[in-house]
Amino acid sequence: MKFLDEYRNAEAAQGYAEAIHRIVTRPWTIMETCGGQTHAIIRFGVDELLPPQVTLLHGPGCPVCVTPVELIDKAIAIARRPNVLFTSFGDMLRVPGTETDLLSVKAQGGDVRMVYSPLDAVTLARENPDKQVVFFAVGFETTAPANAMAVYQAHQQGLSNFSVLVSHVLVPPALTAILESPDCHVSGFLAAGHVCSVMGYTEYEPIAQRYQVPIVVTGFEPVDILHGIYLCVKQLEEGRAEVENGYARAVKTEGNTHAQNLIREVFHIVPRKWRGIGEIPQSGLGLRPPYDRYDAEQRFGLADWHVDEAGECISGLVLQGIKKPHECPAYGSRCTPEHPLGATMVSSEGACAAYYRYRRT
Amino acid sequence: MCLGIPGQILNVRDEGLFTRTGQVSFGGIVKQINLSYTPEAEAGDYVIVHVGFAITMIDAQEARRVFEYLEQINELEDIQS
Ligand code: SF4
Repeated sequence: MKFLDEYRNAEAAQGYAEAIHRIVTRPWTIMETCGGQTHAIIRFGVDELLPPQVTLLHGPGCPVCVTPVELIDKAIAIARRPNVLFTSFGDMLRVPGTETDLLSVKAQGGDVRMVYSPLDAVTLARENPDKQVVFFAVGFETTAPANAMAVYQAHQQGLSNFSVLVSHVLVPPALTAILESPDCHVSGFLAAGHVCSVMGYTEYEPIAQRYQVPIVVTGFEPVDILHGIYLCVKQLEEGRAEVENGYARAVKTEGNTHAQNLIREVFHIVPRKWRGIGEIPQSGLGLRPPYDRYDAEQRFGLADWHVDEAGECISGLVLQGIKKPHECPAYGSRCTPEHPLGATMVSSEGACAAYYRYRRT
Repeated sequence: MCLGIPGQILNVRDEGLFTRTGQVSFGGIVKQINLSYTPEAEAGDYVIVHVGFAITMIDAQEARRVFEYLEQINELEDIQS
């Protein structure tokens, strides 16, 4: 496929790997923020091309993985109700809640359906006026334009039987939380390319300055990732800490202003809980008036419901780059993609699942 | 879920402000995609699509940048060595 295959070119990947070998003089730890990048790094063995001084850490950028158990439990409670048609992206269906998952609710007769786009859920609401249609609106800034549009269109069409269960999270506050942690040993970041396609990258400049870390906007294919790592290592070696765009074919400084306008119309910034990490202030999006009437938590009386996370899963530490998946005692034994204990083992973008699929050693 | 993939716009079928829609081909697999956020993209252009929405156009001129950059640093290396 054009704009995909050429960035998997082995020669160019090797070329960048060699260039990194030439410039590196000291140990550096670089965190890729997006689960899509984690997946590609492990799948293509990008980390194995790097000099021993460069360590990659896998960051929190998988929306499936950071959605708190509480929200999964709320989704399950809603999906179990009669007269509800619950819709979600496929990878949320197997994420374990406290007791069960959405797929099991479906097996027990709940009307749970997988959709490709949130607009499909709006169509279902129009076609099923006698049912309450709920969409599980999870994701980072990349999914926000689609979810904002779904709510906006439902509002335009006066669909009173449509609502969304929102668990929207934002990347910059997560980076700040990681940098504030006393265990943090990240020297530079690869920012998630498509998040920046939507939001641009000026938000990262105060973070780079304040914490003196280079932040390189990076794509998702091996050559893009190695290019991003090269730019990051070069900055580190030269003592610079700047925001740099390594993914210019898809990212403009200001991002996509059309999408930002609709996001701002429908959502405002709220505190959000992150699975395994806890609440981070100003780290997510929630519906703002008048669109808050489409809030499923309100509609189904679940807003005050709180669930504590328990169990042996250390995905919170994995998501912050403090532990690697194979350092988890449950990894590969009690926790596998068939029987996941944590969300990072469910999604193909989760670090635990990526390790399990491509690196069973 | 978060994977955005590149596709080529085949046609634009609806020009509505929030309903701009067209067919996009992903290496031969064709899907109906919402193009409201890329009002300037036309048939023939490439876009990155995420959960049914084009979130950005691909800048064909910038697309070669990672390869040109690699050539530059390699040339620099040749001069220095
Ligand atoms: S291996 Fe399983 S239990 Fe361990 S951190 Fe990963 S998801 Fe959690």
